[in-house]
Amino acid sequence: MKTVTLTVKQAPELYLECENITPDTFAGKKADEIAQLPAYQGKEDTTLGEYFTIAGEAGATAAETQIILKGDCSKMKYIGIKMTAGEVIVNSSTDMYTGGWMKGGKLVVKGDVHSFCGLGMEGGEFLIEGNAGNYLGASYRGDWRGMQGGIIRVKGNVGSDVCTFMNGGELIVEGNADVHIATHAEGGRIVIKGDVNRRVGGQMVKGEVIVFGKIGLMMPGFKYIKDVDLEVDGTKARFAEHIGDLGERHPTRKGEPVYGKIFLKK
Amino acid sequence: MAEYLIKNGHVFDPVQHIKGDKKDIAIKDGKIVETSALSPAAKQIDAKGKSVMAGAMEIHAHVAGPKVNLGRWYRPEDKLFDSHKTPGMTRIEGGKSIPTVFKTGYEYARMGYTFAMEAAMPPLYARHVHEEIHDTPIIDEAALPVFGNNWFMLEYLKNHEIENNAAYVAWTLNQTKGYGIKIVNPGGTEAWAWGLNCLSVNDPVPYFDITPAEIITGLIETNEYLGLPHSIHIHGNNLGNPGCYQTTLDTLKLAEGFKAKNNFGRKQVMHQTHLQFHAYGGDNWGNFESKAKEVMDYVNKQDNLTIDTGNVTLDETTTMTADGPFEHHLGGLNHLKWANVDVELETAAGVVPYIYSPDIKVCAIQWAIGLELALYAKDPMRCFITTDHPNAGPFTRYPRVIKWLMSKKARDERLNTFKHTDKVIAATTLAEIDREITLYELAAMTRAGPATSLGLSKDYGGLKPGMNADIAIYNINPDKMPSDPEEIEKAFSGVACLFKDGKICVKDGIVVDNGNKRTFWVDVKVKPNKQVAHDVKEKFLKYYSVNEANYSVPDSYAPHPYVIAVDATQ
Repeated sequence: MKTVTLTVKQAPELYLECENITPDTFAGKKADEIAQLPAYQGKEDTTLGEYFTIAGEAGATAAETQIILKGDCSKMKYIGIKMTAGEVIVNSSTDMYTGGWMKGGKLVVKGDVHSFCGLGMEGGEFLIEGNAGNYLGASYRGDWRGMQGGIIRVKGNVGSDVCTFMNGGELIVEGNADVHIATHAEGGRIVIKGDVNRRVGGQMVKGEVIVFGKIGLMMPGFKYIKDVDLEVDGTKARFAEHIGDLGERHPTRKGEPVYGKIFLKK
Repeated sequence: MAEYLIKNGHVFDPVQHIKGDKKDIAIKDGKIVETSALSPAAKQIDAKGKSVMAGAMEIHAHVAGPKVNLGRWYRPEDKLFDSHKTPGMTRIEGGKSIPTVFKTGYEYARMGYTFAMEAAMPPLYARHVHEEIHDTPIIDEAALPVFGNNWFMLEYLKNHEIENNAAYVAWTLNQTKGYGIKIVNPGGTEAWAWGLNCLSVNDPVPYFDITPAEIITGLIETNEYLGLPHSIHIHGNNLGNPGCYQTTLDTLKLAEGFKAKNNFGRKQVMHQTHLQFHAYGGDNWGNFESKAKEVMDYVNKQDNLTIDTGNVTLDETTTMTADGPFEHHLGGLNHLKWANVDVELETAAGVVPYIYSPDIKVCAIQWAIGLELALYAKDPMRCFITTDHPNAGPFTRYPRVIKWLMSKKARDERLNTFKHTDKVIAATTLAEIDREITLYELAAMTRAGPATSLGLSKDYGGLKPGMNADIAIYNINPDKMPSDPEEIEKAFSGVACLFKDGKICVKDGIVVDNGNKRTFWVDVKVKPNKQVAHDVKEKFLKYYSVNEANYSVPDSYAPHPYVIAVDATQ
């Protein structure tokens, strides 16, 4: 695997749209070619070379390419968007849409990410060492295709509207979450090690939400069924199983309706 | 104005029965003229090895107005990664299935289209329709107000008051700057206000106590009483359901015995739109099958009918129709999202996103039915190609539909790579059809045919001297038809050159001029009718949320009109 290192040389005045910082776009390119890749700042066309010092070179394919970003990337959007393979490591915080529509590979952000990150993610691994904003792993505005696959792990807290329209994949939050978790979800699994504010699983059709801490207020559409023993992310514990959202349509499998589930640690 | 001479092109013109002969076409002052009428200063355009046709005419698409805009509002994802600015004079273009007005105009022009009919205008929101039409560059447009569930019409036709209904239609065309009579799910959309629907032509409409059959025949009589350029334009009952072809045949049979009366050269009394959605057999989604042959056998026999296909293009798209109950039903099938608008006394509309997936058997059968309809058509002057944009697919896919129609190889390639190919072949007859549409037939299906059906054949749809100089030149050589079907799709995606009103608007697929866009509408003169004047006044006082004075579309909303005057006082 070959490594390209991008070091921020000047912070953008507005925000820089970095949809070209992915192993897929970099693959087969040398440092000077990468410097020529376009990037928008507001309505202005600019290049990655204007904002980054670029060292090293990319591998022949995305899978053989590692990208390391150094310096403050908190005003950089779209890093790692649609990546299918390879590795991106960001040594700072990033702005919106980081890791959106990711299909494979590994993306690590060593700081916080802003909202709308991991939107519609289909595969791969997305690790956030700080906190995440709102709409993590959700669908794009208006769309019904939220997170489909892959795994997102957040070491800190997450904001609201996490995994709206989730259809698959897994989100693990080691801290707390705000309101609206797994709204409209039709699959997938969310693990929250801390507390959740309230409104978990509104209009949920299918899928699982596992909460280790407290839920501020359980939605009225969920009903307690039984206690179960589960092993979740290496921890064995007893959980109270709830099904819902009972006000929503539910598919049937072998004659039995399939519900969304909330497991609350006892 | 500039003069041009298009030299050495292969001309396809059903109006003059020219089937690809080399012929020069002369343009002067926005009209096609005899070559002898040109001055030596005329600019020469070399069309050697290229095909020359009249500008194409779209007979049925949803491209302007409140329901299109509702689609834009609630589908921001339709523009995701698809809002771009191409170099040159064009403005930003966005959207796939519900493009912005600018993209709509540019894309039609790039494919060689010079006219598009907005297929359903709610009279109450006609101003919005005309605002969007005005903002759509290059192409001429018109809009059909919807009448099939209108309270005035229901009350007049219940008592068979053709003269009153005609006066009301004339008043509405004038108020809304509309083009003709559109009917969507006659009676059914109104019945839906009672939670019901009309699934056959004999289901009575609640309260009004009239049947769809009476509405349809009443509106045919009204249309011919007025002598409008276009016939009634109908989307019948029971659209999209397995077994609906029976309802379709019942609807088409209602036109038997009626003859077109007009001064525009139109021969049909009924235009049945997006027939693909109305040609289904079976009684559930499991035994769903094509009845394209049965329906087309009937259409081929009856020369007072025209149809358009409504080809499924196998894309993610946005369905939108004034058939409110159907959209509610569809929303329940695919669980995506559903929006609805009720338009007071007149109509309603629903919008639902839809994915025609090649992996779903029903979608693949729908794809096959659309193609079968065109391939079974005996008279290409009565069968037109549409995608019912955006319902069966975006209009930007016309080049692909043309490829499938012109190349059995391309069709078979698609047919044999479906997930359920065997089941699709068993439920359709597409695999047995060898016919390939010729360039001449295509010119009839997309130019001369729609122009005649719309009553515009005097000036549009052909290349005869005296006609309007709307001309498309394509990079396709009939002497050396490409063996690779992709070349056909490419040729129809970007014209070599498009003249609109004698002005070059697109060159090598790039828009170079915004043209002189016009709005077509029909102004009918009828005898003063006190009854209708009274009814209109009363309905506005009692029911409408707007004043009568705020209802009409002022001239400033259509600042470049092409008004077709009709005198129905005789």
